Amino acid sequence: MVIMNKLNFNKETIYTYLKEIKDPEIPVLSIVDLGIVRDVKINTDGLEIVITATYTGCPAMDMIATDIRMQLNKLGFTNLKISTIISPAWTTDWISDAGKIKLKNYGIAPPNKRFLIASNGVECPRCQSINTKLISEFGSTACKAMFQCDDCCEPFDYFKCH
Amino acid sequence: MNKPIIDYLLHLADNSLILGQRNAEWCGHGPILEQDIAITNISLDLIGQSRSFYQYAAQLKNDNTTEDSLAFFRTEREFKNFLLLEQPNGDWAQTILKQFFFSSFQFLLFQQLQKNSDETLAAIAEKSLKEISYHLRWSSEWVERLGDGTEESRNRILNAVNNLWRFTGELFIPAAYETELGIELNSIKENWQEKINEIFKNATLPILSNVFFQTGGKTGNHTEQLGFILTELQYMQRTFPGCEW
Ligand SMILES: [Zn+2]
Repeated sequence: MVIMNKLNFNKETIYTYLKEIKDPEIPVLSIVDLGIVRDVKINTDGLEIVITATYTGCPAMDMIATDIRMQLNKLGFTNLKISTIISPAWTTDWISDAGKIKLKNYGIAPPNKRFLIASNGVECPRCQSINTKLISEFGSTACKAMFQCDDCCEPFDYFKCH
Repeated sequence: MNKPIIDYLLHLADNSLILGQRNAEWCGHGPILEQDIAITNISLDLIGQSRSFYQYAAQLKNDNTTEDSLAFFRTEREFKNFLLLEQPNGDWAQTILKQFFFSSFQFLLFQQLQKNSDETLAAIAEKSLKEISYHLRWSSEWVERLGDGTEESRNRILNAVNNLWRFTGELFIPAAYETELGIELNSIKENWQEKINEIFKNATLPILSNVFFQTGGKTGNHTEQLGFILTELQYMQRTFPGCEW
């Protein structure tokens, strides 16, 4: 495999490649949309990708690191370091606006500052009703809460503020 | 001999790991699906916390130690978790009360730790706090619901209080490594008691007094329960050392 010529890429292009890597739990969001990628460093001895976990126990983190490695290896970046940082702590504020729209279209209500604590009334991503009920603060993954819409009668996930 | 910081990190990690392992026993057995998912999510958060602490301890030890060797190859006497956390799940009420006692404690302790001069410890505490506030709210609501619920639920939570209260004294008796690190447990004890009083009042539960407190977990003297947990937790690595998925 050929190491790409340094002239051929910069931080921006690396970000473009990273945007192709989806979160394994929410496949409509890229790891960049989610704010998991904190930095891309082009060091003299290779590339360094700095990532952070959403939740401390997020089981997807090891998989995400592997996906980054595979994606960049495929493109010829073999001198690769993936480092994980814990501070500052990840927050839903880092989910991009584009990411929030993708979430909604996918059927997950995006985090909303009016519902810092998940409670009745989060807008249904399907029919936009606010006649909704919190079923459980814990959903299919740690980052989501379960809701039920009393208008369209469908259940949905809310991505909790964190 | 370990440095106090390493002992303390192991204490924090063991607490989270052992309760995480206990809660995971509920997977597939929760009273209803939503609560099954809740308790296993909490489990995942706790195991995530323990990984962060073990990883940092391994880094400080700076030998061949890894997070896995700390979790899977230490013996009972080397574990420093609270006795409270190794107690059997019993019924839902006992599981909930254990979580509530511990989350109330963690919530206060981690607020203190996030200001610790050790930046990594402070960062782990800050990150974990976000999750702990969920655990605390969830378990508080359950204590109230059970205490102020039906006769059956009330009896069960009363029974849990009688079983578990004797393990709460240990939370506030500093081990040598805590004293050396300047971890201040007195103020936490006061605030913890206030939180318990508040929730127990809503739950119409009595506060016990004159209970003899069991201690020893922090320094490796455990109840017989821990051995059973470790047998299951460590089985694969003990049988096939270094095995990977
Ligand atoms: Zn709806």
